[in-house]
Amino acid sequence: MTAVEVHTALANHPFLAGLPESDIAKLAELAFEVRFQPEQILFREGDPSSFFYLIVTGHIALELLAPGRVFRIETVGDGEDLGWSSLLESVNKQFQARCLAPTRALAFDGPRLIALWEGDAEFGFRLMRKVVGTVADRLRATRLQLLDVYDKRGGAGQ
Amino acid sequence: MRDKAWRLSPEHVGRLIALLAEQGYEVIGPRKEGAAIRWGPVGSLDDLPAGVGCESTPGHYRLRQRAGPERFAWGPSPDSVKRWLHVPEARFALASKTNGTFHILRAEPPGPKVAFLGLRPCDVAALERLDKVLLEDRFVEEHYAARRHAALFIAVNCTVSLETCFCVSMECGPRAAKGFDIALTERVSGGAAPGALEYMAETGTARGLHLVEALGAPRAEATFVAECREASKQAGASQGRKVDWRSAVAVMLRSFEHPRWEETAQRCLACANCTLACPTCFCVNTIEQTSLDGQTGERRRLWDSCFTQSFTYIHGGSVRTSVKSRYRQWLGHKLAWWQQQFGTAGCTGCGRCIAWCPAGIDITEEFNELAGTAQGGKSV
Amino acid sequence: MTTVLEPPAVSPSRPLMEPRPARLVGIDKETNDTFTLTLEPPEGVDARFRPGQFSMLYDYGVGELPISISGDPERPEQLVYTIRSVGPVTTSIVTRHPGESLGVRGPFGTPWPMTAARGKSVLIVAGGIGLAPLRPAIYHILRHRGDYNRLMILYGARSPRDILYKKELAAWSLLPDTQSLVTVDYGGVSWRGHVGVVTTLFKSIRTQPTETIALLCGPEIMMRYASRELQSRGIPKQQIYLSMERNMKCAAGFCGHCQMGPFFVCKDGPVFSCAAIEPWMDLYEI
Repeated sequence: MTAVEVHTALANHPFLAGLPESDIAKLAELAFEVRFQPEQILFREGDPSSFFYLIVTGHIALELLAPGRVFRIETVGDGEDLGWSSLLESVNKQFQARCLAPTRALAFDGPRLIALWEGDAEFGFRLMRKVVGTVADRLRATRLQLLDVYDKRGGAGQ
Repeated sequence: MRDKAWRLSPEHVGRLIALLAEQGYEVIGPRKEGAAIRWGPVGSLDDLPAGVGCESTPGHYRLRQRAGPERFAWGPSPDSVKRWLHVPEARFALASKTNGTFHILRAEPPGPKVAFLGLRPCDVAALERLDKVLLEDRFVEEHYAARRHAALFIAVNCTVSLETCFCVSMECGPRAAKGFDIALTERVSGGAAPGALEYMAETGTARGLHLVEALGAPRAEATFVAECREASKQAGASQGRKVDWRSAVAVMLRSFEHPRWEETAQRCLACANCTLACPTCFCVNTIEQTSLDGQTGERRRLWDSCFTQSFTYIHGGSVRTSVKSRYRQWLGHKLAWWQQQFGTAGCTGCGRCIAWCPAGIDITEEFNELAGTAQGGKSV
Repeated sequence: MTTVLEPPAVSPSRPLMEPRPARLVGIDKETNDTFTLTLEPPEGVDARFRPGQFSMLYDYGVGELPISISGDPERPEQLVYTIRSVGPVTTSIVTRHPGESLGVRGPFGTPWPMTAARGKSVLIVAGGIGLAPLRPAIYHILRHRGDYNRLMILYGARSPRDILYKKELAAWSLLPDTQSLVTVDYGGVSWRGHVGVVTTLFKSIRTQPTETIALLCGPEIMMRYASRELQSRGIPKQQIYLSMERNMKCAAGFCGHCQMGPFFVCKDGPVFSCAAIEPWMDLYEI
């Protein structure tokens, strides 16, 4: 992707919707394109946090590993974000991310992004608000998954 | 028809019973059985309780002897005539199984035609309410329809209210306005034969008119009519319990989580007595019963109650698990949701649920607490 | 003159509560516990139904319960039911063999608003066995494709093994102007599709919310959170429809079991507009 293409991709990405052009420009300077192939592991459980991804197109599964088993918790795709823990200092990755279909994403080095908003608190606030939105959505969805509503006995551990 | 009235002696009433029997009716009337008034076959006026009155308060019902000879000075009995029309147990269909399929052999045949003598106005109003559910809604319940249409209804307007009565507030009494073939009002004569019983008879249908005309009784004078009407009016005026049922939907919607429900749930045993005694409760269950060899099976319909744990069971559990939610369903349905479903409150103010609740829970008191219109004293 | 004491104007020709025998002609296994049964309609009975309606299915000697009709409304020579074995009656029903008979009463209940949806886009949101009562609506739309705009089918199942109508879902996703997306709550290594609750598919909706009619069916919790999420995405609650489920013994409005506040789910429902039913769904233990 050229620099212009990166900028356009960011400007059109749903995660960044509503952010001012100045924020997009700052992010464009840091962003770089990455591509993943099916079965490629983006990060593993326990990896010290590093990259935050905005997925342009693709399909990534979040997985938890247990002896002999892989739990696929969630999938994320076009227009979604991945790796928010990179934006919180000293939080290791809690899941493994595996690519399921060819994926194009824009990646940010977590520590460099954090350094960016330490110079501009308002920019940092706007971005963090977006991150909180993602975390809230994921938490809500996960709680609903926990209810196991399709279970024969009506779910929720009955 | 309504402005015609006759003056009947006890002999006339006895002749009426005989006439009904001749026409093939089983006459069902009130009888003193043990410690309660129960409905059963009556052959003559003597089968009716003489000089019997009722004490009826929350959780309390006693018969007591009155000074006078009245045969209809008691109040709502433990059960209502619902038991004859919306029967407690009925066979829907008899099926037999052969070659992996089944055949319906026959449904329950209708019972004998019944003439009810002595229906209280609240009972008459209750039957009109059951009609709304079982006859006048989208589907006709055939068993009820067959019995209801074959039956004959003789009401007796009330001249005595029990403490638990609140038919005036529910606009169902103390006189029946419609829904009867004949309506009687009982008086103790002060005139020519003091201490003797007399009855004003009014009619509501053509067949009621024919029956009364066949008795050869004199027409009632205006003073007698006025006296009878006044006696009923006095009975109505003595009622202390009131329910503003027109506000019930609004009250239910705003008090769905009112703390009173929890308090009442502590007292309620979910015993279902109220639903059994209530003349308008209509809920039923269906069960299958098969013979030991599995070759014949019945589908039976039984009275059911919203107070049971399994009433709302769907896979995964019951919707109304707590007693609180079941009591709230019963009261809310009876006073409020009935109006949205059938255009009238389900309650007729007969007070049976109050007397027959072992915990003495009073639907009028509960409603008024929720509505914020709790009255200090309720009794006469 | 009172009218109540006169004979009824209309006598039903068949007693309402009598099940009619319908011969089982086929049984297909959808998942471990869910089967689709195809029945020949009872003799002399008009078996036409509208999408969203249900029958009372009777298993001789065992019991009777409401089951949504999940076949094609324009093929009334077959009565199709997809049944999950969750209790004694359903377990017995799904073990019947072709040639045996089940009793059928109905159809009962209010249908999906296929007429009101004409000229609009239709969003189908199904959870688990909830896809079964929605399939007749999908068939109807496909048969009258010109009457509707976009068709979106969003389906959530517990796991890949619990997905119903797999072949049809795949076929529907290939149709023009149609989206068919499936997600599971629990995925495994061999599942390459979406993982997450059905609301996570909502971001893929490509219709104009104001001209979209949404039809929802599934566990009540799922319908509640899905409908809230759709409303926050701009679909008005008057255009969202849910299919409710309650205990039913008669399906004709007099046994009293199916009541939800003032509604009898058997005759005022099972399909309700969200505008009508939402205030009641929010009342716990109503």
